[in-house]
Amino acid sequence: MEVLQLLVSGISQGCVYGLIALGFVLIYKATEMVNFAQGDLMMLGAFFAYTYLNLMELHFLVALPLTIFTMAILGAFTERVMIRPMIGEPHFSVLMLTIGLGFILRAAAGAIWGNEPRSLDLPYAGGVIDLGGLIIGYENLVIVIGTAMLCTLLFLFFRFTRLGIAMQAASQNQLAAFYVGIPVKRIYSLVWAISAGISAVAGILVAPVSLIDPLIGFIGIKAFAAAIVGGFGSLPGAIVGGLIIGIVEQFAGLYLPTGFSDVSAYVILLVMLLIRPEGIFATMQQKKV
Amino acid sequence: MAVLELTNIETYYGPVMAIRGVSLEAKEGEISVLLGANGAGKTTVLKTISGAMEPQKGKITFRDQEIQGVDPDQTARMGIAHVPEGREVFPFLTVEENLQMGAFSRGDSEVQQDMEMVYDYFPVLAEKAKQQSAYLSGGQQQMLAIGRALMLRPSMMLLDEPSLGLSPRLVSEIAEIIERVNREQNMTILLVEQNAKMALDIGHYGYVMEVGRIVMEDTCERLKSSQDIQEFYLGVKDEGVRGRRRWKQRKTWR
Ligand SMILES: Nc1ncnc2c1ncn2[C@@H]1O[C@H](COP(=O)(O)OP(=O)(O)O)[C@@H](O)[C@H]1O
Ligand SMILES: [Mg+2]
Repeated sequence: MEVLQLLVSGISQGCVYGLIALGFVLIYKATEMVNFAQGDLMMLGAFFAYTYLNLMELHFLVALPLTIFTMAILGAFTERVMIRPMIGEPHFSVLMLTIGLGFILRAAAGAIWGNEPRSLDLPYAGGVIDLGGLIIGYENLVIVIGTAMLCTLLFLFFRFTRLGIAMQAASQNQLAAFYVGIPVKRIYSLVWAISAGISAVAGILVAPVSLIDPLIGFIGIKAFAAAIVGGFGSLPGAIVGGLIIGIVEQFAGLYLPTGFSDVSAYVILLVMLLIRPEGIFATMQQKKV
Repeated sequence: MAVLELTNIETYYGPVMAIRGVSLEAKEGEISVLLGANGAGKTTVLKTISGAMEPQKGKITFRDQEIQGVDPDQTARMGIAHVPEGREVFPFLTVEENLQMGAFSRGDSEVQQDMEMVYDYFPVLAEKAKQQSAYLSGGQQQMLAIGRALMLRPSMMLLDEPSLGLSPRLVSEIAEIIERVNREQNMTILLVEQNAKMALDIGHYGYVMEVGRIVMEDTCERLKSSQDIQEFYLGVKDEGVRGRRRWKQRKTWR
C-alpha cells in the first residue's frame, strides 16, 4: 500500500514535470531554441491564477481559462519582442537571453506579489478519496486528469487541425514551410503562446500541492532533465520523462538517505546520457538546415 | 510581357558577394532557363526572388510590385511558388498532408480538386498518399515538392535543379511534366538547371551564369547551337581560376 501511495504522488509530481518539459520541447522542436525561463513561466501562471482567484475572487471556471489566456498572450509577446529580433544570432545568445528572462520574471513576481508563499483558493483543495486504504488527494487526482486531458487536446490539435499540421511542417522543414506560404514567424509566436499556456496549466495544477512563491520555477531544471530523458524533441517523451523522474524522486525520498530525492533527477539524467544518450523516444528527425 | 524582372541584384552571404549585379526577366507563359556550373549563384538568385534572402542592392518586380526583401511566405501568397533544390518535403507528414500544406494560404474550396490534378500529373503520389514522405524515393520526393508547389495555385514557379540526382528516365519524366504544366496552365516558370540539355530542350529563353554574373543570354534555340554552350557542357568541368579566365576572354560571352 505504501508503494502505491508513493506511486500516486510520484505520478502527480511527474505530470507537473512533464507539462513543463512539454513546453521546453515544443519551443525546441519549432525553433531549435531552449527556453530556460519555462519554469518561471509556470511560476508566473500560478501567480496570475492567484490574482484572479484569491485577489479578484473570480469564479474558478473563469479564472482558469483567463490565466491560460493571459500566459499565452505573454508567451507570444515574449517571442515577438525578445526572441524574434534574435533570429540569426548564435543560439548561445538566445539561451542566455532566456536565462535572463527567468531572472527578470522572478524579480518582477517578487516585487508584485511578494516573496512569502501563497496558497491558491481552489475549490477542490484538501479533499481526498479513499480507495480501500489508498488515499488520493483531490489535488493529485486533478493533476493527473488535467495532464491527461491537456495531452489529448494537444495530440488532437497537432494531428488533425490544419494549423497543428502546419506547426509540424514548420518544425520539420522551416524553409519549405515558408515557401508554401505558412506564416512561419507567426507560427513561432503561437508555439510560444501554447508553451506558456501549458506552463500556466502546470502552475495551476501544482499550486495546491506546493505553495506559490517566486522561486517555484526552479523545478524547471528538473523538467529540463525530464525532457532530455524523454529524448528532447519528443512530446510523449517529455511526459514519460517527467513521470520517471517524479516517481523515482518519491521512492528515493523514502528508501534512500535524505538529500537523494532532490538529486535523483540528475542521477537519472546522467544514467540516461550514459546508456542511451538520445533519450527514450529518440526522434530520428534530422532537421534540414 | 515580363512577369518577373530583376534589375542589378546584388546578394551577399555575410561579407561574401554571391550575386554580382544580376538582371533578368521571365516572360508570361514562358519557361525561362538559368544555367550555370555549381556555385555560380543560381540558387541564391532564386532565394533572393522568393525572399529567403534579401538583396543588398537592386530591384525585383513581380507583376508591377516591388518584392525585394519581402518574406518568402508573403511572396508565396502573391503567387510565386519556389521549389527549392534537394527535395525539401515535410518528411514526417504524409504525402497527402504535404499537398494540403501546399494549399495552406488558400481559402477556397477547390483544394481537393487540385489534389486530384496533382495526382493526375504524378499518379505514383496517389498510390502513396497515406505514406510518410520520408519513405519516398528521391524522384518521388521531387514530384511531391513540385506537386506541393502546384497546390499553391501559383502564377509563377521557381524550380531549382529538379533533375538533380535523378535517373535519365526520371529526368525526362520531370521535364515532360514541367512542359505540361507550362502548356496546360500557361505557367510562367524560371527553371534553374545544371542539366543544360534538358533545360534548353524545354525552355524558351535562357541565361548563363558564372560566378555571380549573367555572362550570356539568348533564346534556348540559339543557346543550344552556341559553340560555347556545347563545349562548356561537354566536359569542361574545371572550375579553376584558369578555366574562368579563359572563358572571360571569349568574345561571344558578352
Ligand atoms: N549558406 C552560404 N553561406 C556562405 N556562402 C554560400 C552559402 N550558400 C552558397 N554560398 C556561396 O555562394 C555562391 C553561390 O552559391 P549557390 O547560389 O548555391 O550556387 P548554385 O546554386 O549555382 O550552385 C557559392 O560560391 C557558394 O559557395
Ligand atoms: Mg544550387
